[in-house]
Amino acid sequence: MAVIVDFAVQGAQMLLVLLLAPLLTGVVRKVKARLTLRRGASVFQPYRDLLRLMRKEVVLAENASWLFRAAPYLIFASTWVAAALVPTFAGGLVFSWTADLIAIISLLGFGRFFLALAGMDIGTSFGGIGSSREMMIASLAEPAMMLTVFSLALIAGSTQLSTVAAMMSSTEMGLRVSLGMALVALIMVAIAENARIPVDNPATHLELTMVHEAMVLEYSGRHLALIELAASLKLILYVSLIACIFVPWGIGAPGAGPLLYAVGAVAYFGKFMIGAFLLGLFETMVAKMRVFRVPDFLGAALMLGLLGTLLLFVSRSL
Amino acid sequence: MTNSVSVLLLLVAAQLATAVIAVVFSRSASVGRLVYGLSFFISSLAVVLLLFHLLALGEVSRTSLPLGLPWIGANFRLDALSSLFLLIVDFGGAIASLYALGYGRHEDAPHRVLPFYAAFLAGMNLVVLADDAFTFLLSWELMSLTSWALVVAHHRSEANRKAGVIYLVMASFGTFCLLLAFGLLAGSAGAYGFDAIRALPPGPGIAGLVLILALVGAGSKAGLVPLHVWLPLAHPAAPSHVSALMSGVMTKVAIYGFIRIVFDLLGPPAWWWSLVVLALAGITSVMGVLYALMQHDIKRLLAYHTVENVGIIFIGLGLALAFRAYGMVGAGALALTAGLLHAVNHSVFKSLLFFGSGAILTATGERDMEQMGGLIHRMPHTAFAFLVGSAAISALPPLNGFVSEWLTFQAILLSPQLPSWGLKFLVPATGALLALSAALAAACFVKAFGIIFLGRPRSDAATKAREVDRFSLAAMYALVAFCLIIGILPGPFIDLLAPVVKSLMLGQSMPHQSGVAWMSIVPIAESRSSYNGLLVFLFIAVSAWLAALAIHRFASRATRRGPAWDCGAPDPRPITQYSASSFAQPIRRVFGSLVFRARENVVMPPPGDLGPARLDVALIDPVWDGIYKPVSAGILGLADRLNRLQFLTIRQFLMLVFSTLVLLLLVLAIWQ
Repeated sequence: MAVIVDFAVQGAQMLLVLLLAPLLTGVVRKVKARLTLRRGASVFQPYRDLLRLMRKEVVLAENASWLFRAAPYLIFASTWVAAALVPTFAGGLVFSWTADLIAIISLLGFGRFFLALAGMDIGTSFGGIGSSREMMIASLAEPAMMLTVFSLALIAGSTQLSTVAAMMSSTEMGLRVSLGMALVALIMVAIAENARIPVDNPATHLELTMVHEAMVLEYSGRHLALIELAASLKLILYVSLIACIFVPWGIGAPGAGPLLYAVGAVAYFGKFMIGAFLLGLFETMVAKMRVFRVPDFLGAALMLGLLGTLLLFVSRSL
Repeated sequence: MTNSVSVLLLLVAAQLATAVIAVVFSRSASVGRLVYGLSFFISSLAVVLLLFHLLALGEVSRTSLPLGLPWIGANFRLDALSSLFLLIVDFGGAIASLYALGYGRHEDAPHRVLPFYAAFLAGMNLVVLADDAFTFLLSWELMSLTSWALVVAHHRSEANRKAGVIYLVMASFGTFCLLLAFGLLAGSAGAYGFDAIRALPPGPGIAGLVLILALVGAGSKAGLVPLHVWLPLAHPAAPSHVSALMSGVMTKVAIYGFIRIVFDLLGPPAWWWSLVVLALAGITSVMGVLYALMQHDIKRLLAYHTVENVGIIFIGLGLALAFRAYGMVGAGALALTAGLLHAVNHSVFKSLLFFGSGAILTATGERDMEQMGGLIHRMPHTAFAFLVGSAAISALPPLNGFVSEWLTFQAILLSPQLPSWGLKFLVPATGALLALSAALAAACFVKAFGIIFLGRPRSDAATKAREVDRFSLAAMYALVAFCLIIGILPGPFIDLLAPVVKSLMLGQSMPHQSGVAWMSIVPIAESRSSYNGLLVFLFIAVSAWLAALAIHRFASRATRRGPAWDCGAPDPRPITQYSASSFAQPIRRVFGSLVFRARENVVMPPPGDLGPARLDVALIDPVWDGIYKPVSAGILGLADRLNRLQFLTIRQFLMLVFSTLVLLLLVLAIWQ
């Protein structure tokens, strides 16, 4: 019986992130529209977009290879698996030990690898520029993320997300300098990885400064839908990650009853809305930076991560 | 003849006999098939034997032959460590021979390759089997010289000749350092047997000196920065199956040499050893991948990645030394396992990638990536194999490269407990360098695969490329299978390493992994960290399949082909695509200006002029221009000065002899 409940909770978690992901994108867009005094589309618009795209036929370039057609499924699958492994409303899921934080980062790397390859498949200059810049950004963002994970792992004594979340919500965890650095670094990485302003602009299409949108320029129909969905999943992954590490309150312990799970779900929804609002607010307030300023931005994240880790190597209580 | 080491020696003898056959029948047309077939057979037999030996936890077996120096003979020994590295050598040898059965047919001068190929395999086997310093060094030289002969097999090319000279100089230098290291280990009594050295480890001062010498000697063969300069020249110069052996296997033999001397013969490590090793290893891993990113030559790019991966292996070894110095054998076992597993993994995926590059070379006749493109349509099997190899070397789950890097990260996370302050600062920095090199490797392989296989063909040769023969494909697919198996089920492979780790870590090894539920790997405790390659693989496969099924069933499966969109202005000329250098340009700007002092010089035509604009990039190699050029200039200058001694008169010569004699006597007098 307990096994069935465990599997049901895990399944609920997988479906929850999949179903909520487009909503997050919709809410962020709505917040940005309202802050700039526009009415904006409904928060459910991304769902309609996805459905419409999925029903459309795919127009493939003449020289597209099998990689171009397989990549959307691989990108979607790896991102979904990664997102489903981050605790949202319940910790200690059945499959939480499948991959720890380092493996989750690498799963995102897997998706990025195929996305960048797909960008180069048709042989257009836009695809190339997107892939090249995406990999440059990733080559700084991924180590910064890894160092953030180091700090968290050193504080919690584990790279397992459930353990980290349980540790963070325990009372012995006070305010720490290294945690603050990790939080700032993680947010900077999240902005860069999700192609948000000021690193990239998810709303532009015909501008030479774009990165993510340039890579997926040749995609259409169901392929494009999957890639957009994967992008939303990645965003919700980072929101869940930051929420579960830095505001872990409300996450149901393993084996908690349905009531606690419901509390967890409500708490998660609250964090989700706050995260979406803060992201929209931040994006409205800053301007997009030049591509070659991005390394400075991410270099700062890298240094913060390294500094946090060094502090922890020096003293466990910092 | 029942003990395993004698059987292995017989196989080595058979391998040497193959070399003789290759010489005798060098004019026959089918000798290539014979030599590669025999090598494949012999190496496969050795692999089977070694697997049994390692799985049955075979006891140490040894034998002596009445060869070599009369008072010690030639001693050979097979223990856990040598079984593991022999397994790498012979597995690599078997697969390379299988590949060469097809690839070797395109060789225009087989008599320059075949004898040395067989002897090279024998030489690598002998290094790992050797149990005294004399046999070790002799086999080491056999390995170096035969590989040198393979590097200059195509001696008409100027670049290959230059590579040959540099390789010869660096190999001599490396052997010289190892010679000194063994001299110091043997002590004044001249005990050259490894048993005698083990029984009487040197004092701390001598041991430190031996460590440095071993690091330089074995590190120059393995490709540690700044001793790597020969590697990216020599490895690509050889035929591709030999490149695979040199990069995938010979560097491992060098690492074996380092482990044998430092972990086995040298006694308990001092804390500062790991400091030196880790610093070099971290720099090596990042420099290797940065060099690789600047390359357009596919084989040279792969050779630079060997430098990077050797750095990653040495990070594991350095951590293991640090932990052992402070008696933390549990953590040390984890770090050592990570290093050894990465050595195994690297030999698998690097061989695979070099085979792929050989297939491309056969199909297009090109090594320059800027001449390729769109090969995925012409060579689908090679493309698939190369893709798996690229993902594995970029440490992506669920492939094998990820497992060993993950273990290395786990070992790094155990190191705050180390008491030394130097290590407290160096280890996190090394971790950052490791993360950086992993991310840059992914960028580099997106570039390599994207430019070679994707996009549109950039030359005639690429348009007319054809898929390669079945033997080559079989070898590549075998390695693809290993990349997947080690990545998905790493537990049994980690357990295979346990006896090796036990013998070097005071009897400690990682916990037994094969029995863990769901075939996860759990280095320390499940609450701390765990990884399950099988489930990651299944989850990705199943969700991708479900997504495809659901969308095709319920939404749409219509597909239409049309011209590329490219923002409405597609240009049919292939030259408008991104090239390898333009792909690397953002990374060159970020890292290159710091490391290579890269300068871009743009020359624009004046307004109204229709001439092309030009972009020149100047890179300065900090190692070659900063270390080697001054050193070689210094040596040449000194040689010029000494040259004057040739033209002395007879009186001056006598004066020189006399003063030398007086000087030596004086020294002797003061010494006494």
